[in-house]
Amino acid sequence: MQSIENLVTQIQGLSSNASDITALKDYLKAGEDLLRSESTRLLSFLDQLDPSKHSLGYLYFLEPCMYCSITKERANTLVPIIARFITSCSAEQIRYVPEKFINVCKRYKDQVLLLEAPIRGVGPMLTAIRKIQSSTEHLTTLHPEFLQLCLLAKCYKAGLSVLEDDIYEINLPRDFFLYCYYGGMIFIGQKRFRKALELLHNVVTAPMSSINAIAVEAYKKYILVSLIHHGQFSSTLPKYTSSAAQRNLKNFSQPYMELVNTYNTGKIVELETYVQTNREKFESDNNLGLVKQVVSSMYKRNIQRLTQTYLTLSLQDIANTVQLNSSKEAEMHVLQMIQDGEIFATINQKDGMVRFLEDPEQYKTCEMIEHIDSSIQRIMSLSKKLTAMDELISCDPLYLGKAGRERQRFDFDDFDSVPQKFNI
Amino acid sequence: MEPEDEQSNSMMEEICSNGGEESARTRPIISGEQLDVEAYASLYQGRTKITRLMFIADHCDIASMQLEALRMAYDEIKKGENTQLFREVVKKIDGRLGPNYAMDEAWCDSVDRRAEQRKEKLENELNAYRTNLIKESIRMGYNDFGDFYYAHGALGDAFKSYVRTRDYCTTSKHIIHMCMSAILVSIEMGQFTHVTSYVSKAEQTPEALEPVTIAKLRCAAGLAHLEARKYKLAARKFLEVGPDLGNSYNEVIAAQDVATYGGLCALASFDRAELKSKVIDNVNFRNFLELVPEVRELINDFYSSRYASCLDYLGNLKANLLLDIHLHDHVETLYDQIRNKALIQYTHPFVSVDLHMMANAFKTSVAGIEKELEALITDNQIQARIDSHNKILYARHADQRNATFQRVLQTGSEFDQDVRAMLLRANLLKHEYNVRAARKL
Repeated sequence: MQSIENLVTQIQGLSSNASDITALKDYLKAGEDLLRSESTRLLSFLDQLDPSKHSLGYLYFLEPCMYCSITKERANTLVPIIARFITSCSAEQIRYVPEKFINVCKRYKDQVLLLEAPIRGVGPMLTAIRKIQSSTEHLTTLHPEFLQLCLLAKCYKAGLSVLEDDIYEINLPRDFFLYCYYGGMIFIGQKRFRKALELLHNVVTAPMSSINAIAVEAYKKYILVSLIHHGQFSSTLPKYTSSAAQRNLKNFSQPYMELVNTYNTGKIVELETYVQTNREKFESDNNLGLVKQVVSSMYKRNIQRLTQTYLTLSLQDIANTVQLNSSKEAEMHVLQMIQDGEIFATINQKDGMVRFLEDPEQYKTCEMIEHIDSSIQRIMSLSKKLTAMDELISCDPLYLGKAGRERQRFDFDDFDSVPQKFNI
Repeated sequence: MEPEDEQSNSMMEEICSNGGEESARTRPIISGEQLDVEAYASLYQGRTKITRLMFIADHCDIASMQLEALRMAYDEIKKGENTQLFREVVKKIDGRLGPNYAMDEAWCDSVDRRAEQRKEKLENELNAYRTNLIKESIRMGYNDFGDFYYAHGALGDAFKSYVRTRDYCTTSKHIIHMCMSAILVSIEMGQFTHVTSYVSKAEQTPEALEPVTIAKLRCAAGLAHLEARKYKLAARKFLEVGPDLGNSYNEVIAAQDVATYGGLCALASFDRAELKSKVIDNVNFRNFLELVPEVRELINDFYSSRYASCLDYLGNLKANLLLDIHLHDHVETLYDQIRNKALIQYTHPFVSVDLHMMANAFKTSVAGIEKELEALITDNQIQARIDSHNKILYARHADQRNATFQRVLQTGSEFDQDVRAMLLRANLLKHEYNVRAARKL
């Protein structure tokens, strides 16, 4: 008969080398039921274990504690314990039971949210991701949880460190959808719209057999960000988009499609009245802020268009053509845009003229060359990866089986290498 | 033709001293006056004369001209057997032309009765031919039917009958005949897709065609392209029309029309070199242009950069062109295109252009010319930027190097993004496979 005390001594004894740990894992697995039944007492035993040395055992003791109902007080005691465990535990040991670790981390997130202090979770969660993932290309279930915490805590910068890794390995599609959605929102918060568009685009075009809420919300944001960033939105999705998405997305985002139509008329007044009348719809989607940015982006777009046609233009004329109320307002807009590097111009306040200049970038600085060089390197490594992937897939028995079944009869003219369905 | 350098000299003068000279040169522009309906109608015959007259009546605001057109249409219909058109015209006249132009029920009844009898007779004949199985007779029978329907205004049935003769055509002459009839009816119906297909059918016949037929086919093809708003193709077709056309195709188009349509389409769509080689130096087409001196003048003005006078001519012609059954829809677009071309051509040779001078040359205000230029620059048709302070237009020379760098970087980042997205999707697909496979196990 096992007892908890017994388990504790076993853990203390069998935590030094790899073979011991495997033995310990089997031992603990056998004792799982006992641990679960004794879950209320377990916390007191944790003091006898060192989270950095006995990580595996610690994890087995910690997990059952998470299953009982959590009150605020209990969360208050648990949160620091888990945080300490996550930061100090050994990565090798916890990887023996990743699902348990993920479970603990998820519960941890819930508790942090319960305490209404999401910022407390950001640091430990990032450590947890780094410990559990096999490489930086690996997307774990913890990624979306972490990004959600970042969003709630408004620590966008912390989220960037994860988002800048290129991910390719994915465990669950749901993780991927959420990761891209939250990631897109973080980039929107940072006003890095190009990256945001990329991530949202990934959600919208991801293969899916049926439409899901994440994709719909992502599509709405995609429309808005596309308007802000490009000043236009093309409603045709690329042909690799799943048919479910192609059929349904537009129907679920009617007010947004109409917003696009109003935007395309180029009349700021119409756009504003449309936003005003549909305010509640956007507000209930929590997109009102973005919609407001769309409206102000229209001014920018119009001013930018002027730089294409004019060399000099008076502030009053700018105000007239982009439908601003006064030349003062136009000046503020132009000033802001010069500051953001969106146009190149000088304002002559004496006679109220704006002089538009050409892009001063000459593409001959060292930094530019370095930038280009690094892009080339990056693309080369990417295309290598692509070739490797292609080879891998064309050797995959599962794929070959499926591809063979799809093509009923083998004619000699049928030898196009990939059937249409796998057009990714 | 004048020697090239002399011309460019005069062109330079023109640009420098625009305005002043314009007022001195006051050529009488005949077509600026009201359209002479009678002269216009005499150019055509057959059904198109009636439809053109009725079109004028529908689209003209001047009551006297309307009535004049209706009166002539009435007279013309009385010569034929189309009671349907007759009723329509009478309704439009509405008793405004006195008792002589009222509803003539007796005439209608007799025509209709005769038509019934004739139809019966034709049907009997055709049945007889069909039982005898003589190809030529059957073809003739269907052809007669087509003519009959055409005369009575049943265009759809006429078209069907003409097309049916196709199976019984034995020589290419027959095929040409069938094609020409089908083209005629389709033009009347406004079915210009049929026109194109029958024109190409006719051109594919193995035997060499008569020059008149070729000219007719070119006209029909030009009309079809015009309707499809392919002005460049239309211009080419009209320019190829041979001098043999004369008045032979005036049941569809008059030689004057060939000049007008071809000239305007060419102006709107050709570049300078093409305009010179294909229009101005085209001996063939010059004969047509002689018929409509205004169009000839405006093309020459355009080529020698006398834009103000060219636009004057265009403005004077506009009212009449709007009354043309084929051109009225396209007048606005063609005019816009011609004007834009003039603007582009005007700015093209210069590094900087004073907007005051330019506005003068185009007879508009500085603000107006600024708006027009703005639209053209936004469309990327003029590479220039406006100095709105000093009212000067500066040509803009795109820096190829910078543009290339910009494009390369953009393409690179797009590729980067695409490949990563693709790898991700591939992995997602693969993952789904693994899940399914795992479930099966």
